[in-house]
Amino acid sequence: MLHTFVAYVEDLPGVLTRVASLFRRLNININSLTVGRSERPGLSRLTLVCEASAEAGHRIQASLFKLENVVDVDDIAQAPSVTRELALIKVAATPQNRSQIFELVEVFRARIVDLAPESLMIEMTGVESKIEGLIQVLNEGEERILEICRSGKMTMRRGHHTSRVLRAMGAGAAERPVSEDDPANAVEESADIEPA
Amino acid sequence: MGSNANTQEANAHLTTPTRLTGSEIVWATLVGEGVTDVFGYPGGAILPVYDALRKFPIHHTLVRHEQGAAHMADGYARASGKVGVAIATSGPGATNLVTGIATAMLDSIPMVCITGNVSSKVLGTDAFQEVDITGITLPVTKHNFLISRTEEIAPALRQAFQIARSGRPGPVLVDITKDAQQGKAIFDFATAKPRAYRPHPMLNVEQHGLESAVELIRNAKRPIILAGHGVTESGAMEQVRTLAERTQIPVALTLLGLGAFPASHPLNLGMMGMHGEAWVNHAIQEADLLIACGMRFDDRVTGTLASYATKAKKIHIEVDPAEINKNVKVDVALVGDLREVLEELLPRIGGRDGSAWLKTIEASKGASAVRDIKNLPDDGHLYAAHVVHDLWRITEGEAVVVTDVGQHQMWEAQYFHHEKPRSLITSGGLGTMGFALPAAIGAKTACPEKEVWVIAGDGGFQMTAAELSTIVQEKLKINIAIINNGYLGMVRQWQEFFYERNYESTPLVSPDFVKLADAHGISGRAVRTRAEVESAVHEARTAPGAFLINFLVEKEDSVYPMIPAGSALHEMIRRPDHDPLLESPEDL
Ligand SMILES: Cc1ncc(C[n+]2csc(CCOP(=O)(O)OP(=O)(O)O)c2C)c(N)n1
Ligand SMILES: [Mg+2]
Repeated sequence: MLHTFVAYVEDLPGVLTRVASLFRRLNININSLTVGRSERPGLSRLTLVCEASAEAGHRIQASLFKLENVVDVDDIAQAPSVTRELALIKVAATPQNRSQIFELVEVFRARIVDLAPESLMIEMTGVESKIEGLIQVLNEGEERILEICRSGKMTMRRGHHTSRVLRAMGAGAAERPVSEDDPANAVEESADIEPA
Repeated sequence: MGSNANTQEANAHLTTPTRLTGSEIVWATLVGEGVTDVFGYPGGAILPVYDALRKFPIHHTLVRHEQGAAHMADGYARASGKVGVAIATSGPGATNLVTGIATAMLDSIPMVCITGNVSSKVLGTDAFQEVDITGITLPVTKHNFLISRTEEIAPALRQAFQIARSGRPGPVLVDITKDAQQGKAIFDFATAKPRAYRPHPMLNVEQHGLESAVELIRNAKRPIILAGHGVTESGAMEQVRTLAERTQIPVALTLLGLGAFPASHPLNLGMMGMHGEAWVNHAIQEADLLIACGMRFDDRVTGTLASYATKAKKIHIEVDPAEINKNVKVDVALVGDLREVLEELLPRIGGRDGSAWLKTIEASKGASAVRDIKNLPDDGHLYAAHVVHDLWRITEGEAVVVTDVGQHQMWEAQYFHHEKPRSLITSGGLGTMGFALPAAIGAKTACPEKEVWVIAGDGGFQMTAAELSTIVQEKLKINIAIINNGYLGMVRQWQEFFYERNYESTPLVSPDFVKLADAHGISGRAVRTRAEVESAVHEARTAPGAFLINFLVEKEDSVYPMIPAGSALHEMIRRPDHDPLLESPEDL
């Protein structure tokens, strides 16, 4: 199954190697990894997605915690959360066939962020399937994709949880049920509309 | 020893902040951490540190190979419970440590290794003797540090000691660039204190877990306690004993658990696993409850997992959350320091009548016991089991025995009955040949008052035999028993059982070990018959210095019983003569 781990790690040289090395040792491929500064000074936050057996989650989380530079680990599992990815896609386009791409971009709620005589650049955030949808449509059309740059997934739990609160609740074991009329969900749904 | 006495000055550094060189800071910090002995080998990138040594009350043992330094620090730690310290230079010095570090990692031994590295200005340029030792040792250390600034030395070293000894212990490496050693900084031991120790956040001993454990123990008809290395590391010998005695539950031990529960105790079953006693493995397969205390269900003790103790519920008391459900799925996990968990558990546990189960196990010993050492023909041949048994008898089990890896190691485990923790020092997890001689030097350094015996094979002894010089230079009284069977015996045994006796690359030519000892100024003698064993052991014990005995034993003897890798725990190969076939529990 697909596992998503969110970890706070010390912002120091070599820390990423230690995290990556753990997965290398287990012979687990990292599907995506995003790292950046967090709200906690001196700590980076990372989201790591990997494919591993269902039972592996506990051991990976426990092993991540054993790394000295890892401060906090949340195994998101099936918990209600928001996941986003950012993609930059450069497409070959001339002034003649641009308008078609403009339409697509509109439908996918993406943005054009660069326009050159021979190409344009699309920026898009969303769930993985949405980004893949756009790439697929572009591939199926006349347009030629020149470059794709994807950030990998970033995940954050819904609601007021911080990982610290979660730990007090029993570290990811106890999940709050998703409430149907949670406004956050409504936003999520509309934002994640799949193009037909 | 302790010739570098300048105690007052060194201790003054600890109480008053002083401006020191990085090298002096290294030693001052070690002194502050209570270190009295280190094992090492100098070279260019660590020379500033060596230059400063004479000012500090620390004894340095010069080794003959850095692998030896790591094993010595390891043996020192295993014998004493203190953190062992090894020192090496950059490049080849550092890489030579790696086997020793991995050995300590696999057996959770607290150790700090200090290496010098090239100047920070040339890091990463393939400078002379530069190697990325923090990269190389990353998977075999609990943590490591690359230190390039003088001010960072004391805090990193202090943190290294904390990491090495806390939680599940392990080796930590601190790599210090030469310019950091040469720079100056204010040394203040107190403010270099590491940040508060953070216990693993997934430690978890819940009320209901304790209650479930109590319930399982109360209802069990055929329970067994499995005691491992964690008993010694956590100092839970008394608690395990109380648990066993109060509940009348028998105790089976892992290789590294030997000594944590007295061999002579009526509830001691003996060693489990690949070369464990037949009745122990049968009992585990028949058990309805396993109480695993500080052990990790290693493949060497479980046999194939699918058929392991299928009738048993399992309680796992373990300090490392990553070990829970790793190999064997357990019913109750109590994740914490073993001694603390047992302290919580014991008040809830009452007496039980365990006699029926104990009787069943006792009855099952019969068939196995006839195959014991006493029944080996004493027809002028010398068996390793004779040697180990006699050694145990003559030393009255009081010696610290340091073994190498192979058949002799298993015979030691079977025939030397350990009463006390830290009396058997052996490489279990990594199974590192060459471990014994240097580890014994570490053990003797830690416990000079104890009688220390090396039991090594002819193969493994040659891997680190150069450390004989270290014994002489350090004037250590260590007794060495070489179990010389002319083979890489354990591998030959596998070839005999599983490769149609194709003894490829296992017959081994060795030097005359007595002459080798003599060349080092160490006395010794060869022993060919059982009749000579006793007098040779006496001679060794009474000799003023180190003594080596070359026991020329039966060449093609094998260790029995044996569970072939990948077989179930009860599918043991037994000593022939009786029934060479695989035996199932019904045969009992
Ligand atoms: C460094 C290392 N290399 C190889 C092995 C594989 N190995 C395990 S036991 C053994 C044979 C040991 O022979 P010896 O030291 O003579 O001991 P014996 O088994 O004969 O008692 C070997 C080669 C090992 N454990 N360690
Ligand atoms: Mg041999």
